Amino acid sequence: MYDKAVRRRRAVLAVLVALSLTLLTAYFGESSSGSLHGVQRGAMEVLAPIQEGANRVVKPFRDLFGWFGSTLDAKSQRDELKKERDALRLQVTQLQVDGAENKTLRGLLNINTGGGMKAYQPVIARVFARSPSTWYSTVEINKGSSDGVRPDQPVVNGEGLVGKVKSVSNGNAIVMLLTDQEFGVSAKAARSGEPGSINPAVGAPGDLLLELVPRGKLVTKGEHIVTAGTVSTRLRSLFPPGILIGTVNRVDQGEGELDRRIHVSPAADLRRLEYLEVLTKPNTDLVASTGKTP
Amino acid sequence: MTPTGPAIFRLALLGLFGCILQLTTVAQITIFGVPADLSPLLVCSVGLLLGSVPGALFGFCIGLFVDTALLQTLGISSLVLTAVGYGAGRLRELRDPAHALVPVAVGAIGTAVYAIGFSIMQFLLGVDAPVSLLLVREILLVIVLNTLLALPVHMLVRRWLSPFLPDDPRRRRRRAYTTGGLSPLSRA
Repeated sequence: MYDKAVRRRRAVLAVLVALSLTLLTAYFGESSSGSLHGVQRGAMEVLAPIQEGANRVVKPFRDLFGWFGSTLDAKSQRDELKKERDALRLQVTQLQVDGAENKTLRGLLNINTGGGMKAYQPVIARVFARSPSTWYSTVEINKGSSDGVRPDQPVVNGEGLVGKVKSVSNGNAIVMLLTDQEFGVSAKAARSGEPGSINPAVGAPGDLLLELVPRGKLVTKGEHIVTAGTVSTRLRSLFPPGILIGTVNRVDQGEGELDRRIHVSPAADLRRLEYLEVLTKPNTDLVASTGKTP
Repeated sequence: MTPTGPAIFRLALLGLFGCILQLTTVAQITIFGVPADLSPLLVCSVGLLLGSVPGALFGFCIGLFVDTALLQTLGISSLVLTAVGYGAGRLRELRDPAHALVPVAVGAIGTAVYAIGFSIMQFLLGVDAPVSLLLVREILLVIVLNTLLALPVHMLVRRWLSPFLPDDPRRRRRRAYTTGGLSPLSRA
């Protein structure tokens, strides 16, 4: 009797482990259009309304906890923000002068670009679920293919670039955040104009790296990093130019140019995302300049 | 013990509710920059209360649900949570620990196994990442948060599954004493 129970227990464990390994191997080996991925998307379609409903129900509790957390953070944030405000006041004065000059020059050059985000036909979406894992930085939003959302479209919020659309179903979509291990975007330093590529510092949650910078020593701490956009019509970028990605927070000097690591903190607070904008026409600038539909 | 139909239904509801609560609420509340993770705590509690086989099965199902809902690589969470549930269940079967703080220790160890096991699986699958201090800090903070939550979660799971739990001899003894059945004084 005892032997039978032991055998049964071991058999169940072996079956579950074998099943997990089979799933893992099959999933890892197939393409994103494979059957397991399809099943996952189908399950997401079914689960999304339940999750969204639950999200609405528990929002007051979440806000209450958020309020406690925010109060604790508020004091240190206030001191930091005071310093930042003083610095920004100086910058604003300078920017007002530059802005007036810029306006004049734009009018003179008659640049045929939209400029603001409106040109990219943003679709506003609400976040209703997010991955708790360090390894998968994703959130789920309540807009999908029926709203014009397609895979790989850029996602922003009021603070800057948030990520891109990873997967879409009819009424929902999964957004891959900037800090996801698979994310990458061509970028440039706003002041020095140095081009590079923004990738997550995998294994260091919340940290980004500006890589492949030809003259990295020109990029300094505090410099803003923005999306580079399409620089060649042959190699079209998924992201429009000039969207703020983050700020250089540290530059680790290596032995040579190649060892230099430029750390960037994201402009958007990826831990507190509620409303996002999906840019459904990210190549509007390109169409305007070439006259071709991408 | 082998769960019967109503117990399986309650376990399924527990898993579904726990996972949805995790995804929609708990994952969005960060303390010291990290969210707690209820899934290993639920699996540990079920393992501790019902034994190794139900614990492993529950861990597998929860893992599958989490991987499916988050579009993660299928099988990773299932594999790790199966091991966590089985381990918690075997502890109950072999030692039957009586101390009230056992769920806290099991929750902490279960979370550590889950977080570290998940990271190791990612490294094995070819993610090119250094083991940074930030990652270690994040794992440690999740373990601390989950340790704090382990006891309330265990008590809620226990209450939810109480109609199907085997009668605890210690509790029965306590009940007998309070009602006078086994007290030496009652015989005097």
